[in-house]
Amino acid sequence: MNFPTPRYTGPAIAAHWVIAALILVAFPLGVYMHDLPLSPTKLKLYSYHKWIGITVLLLFVPRILWRITHRPPAPLPMPAWQHRIAEGTHHLLYLLMFLVPLSGWLMSSAKGFQVVYFGVLPLPDLVGKSEELGDLLKEVHEALNFGLLTLVGLHVAGALKHVIIDKDGTLRRMLPFAK
Amino acid sequence: MKIRTLTLTAAVLMAGTAHAVEFNQVDAAKSSLAFSSKQMGVPVPGSFKRFTSHIAFDPAKPTAASTTLEIDLASIDAGSKDANDEVVGKQWFNVKAFPTAKFVSTGVKALGGNRYEALGKMTIKGQTRDVVAPFTFKQEGASGVFDGAFVLKRMDYNIGEGPWADVSAVANEIEIKFHVVANAATKK
Repeated sequence: MNFPTPRYTGPAIAAHWVIAALILVAFPLGVYMHDLPLSPTKLKLYSYHKWIGITVLLLFVPRILWRITHRPPAPLPMPAWQHRIAEGTHHLLYLLMFLVPLSGWLMSSAKGFQVVYFGVLPLPDLVGKSEELGDLLKEVHEALNFGLLTLVGLHVAGALKHVIIDKDGTLRRMLPFAK
Repeated sequence: MKIRTLTLTAAVLMAGTAHAVEFNQVDAAKSSLAFSSKQMGVPVPGSFKRFTSHIAFDPAKPTAASTTLEIDLASIDAGSKDANDEVVGKQWFNVKAFPTAKFVSTGVKALGGNRYEALGKMTIKGQTRDVVAPFTFKQEGASGVFDGAFVLKRMDYNIGEGPWADVSAVANEIEIKFHVVANAATKK
């Protein structure tokens, strides 16, 4: 195992970890904040959560364009079914990376709260204020998030399996400072 | 020729009636009182569903006009159920102790054209402050339509105490918008 493993490109690695970090902050923040009694802190946390989500949405665009125009390194040898699961998980992760923040933005609009990025850039409301739609979108946002949580769990478990059981270079292809 | 005569006659008639007409029958169903707060830079609209207002406004003698406004604070819609429950509480309006807010005019200035300025005293939560509210007046048939807006600083009235005094979360400036329709009645 001394030949160099082909790695993901620098921008792909950067986008992966930056977005992963943003999701890892936004998710627990969302779980924590939604049950808080109304307070200035709650208003602030909601805003931070929305700003992070919009950032993910913004980063998603160049990331997916980069992914389409740059083939990832070929997978290391593994059973076909494992490869299919890995690939399916990746596709769904991309989908949710887009749908989760989008559903949050829609929900915010429906609840009657415009998203103002970093408190200075007002984003357009995607739908009009409607209590029923707001409640529905809350459910959708929640369900999508638990889908995302499941996929991230599967994704991390797969990566760890390659490190611990297979002892191959699959994870190293995506590590920022690996050789 | 005929048209000109008619126009002239109409103008004379209108000028003649203007002296006798005072808009003083407020149509509550057509009037509204709205506001907009800023939460983390997000404009959040709200309104008061119940208020009573008295107006006496003669366009020929605007400086003699007067108005009072009494707002039922519990009728607030602050944008969400959570907010509605919160703002009637002690730290905000404390409606149990201070159920109404009141504005009493002390004078009206004509600014030219259809623009005016109402000066007066606003009392909310036991605090009285001077308020200047610019407005426009428009006659629509037998109705007078008053539209105005001004900025009120919530901390002047202790609206939002304790942790809510943090104006970085909810801005100090609250924009108030009023739209009052009053019908004309002949002066006694």
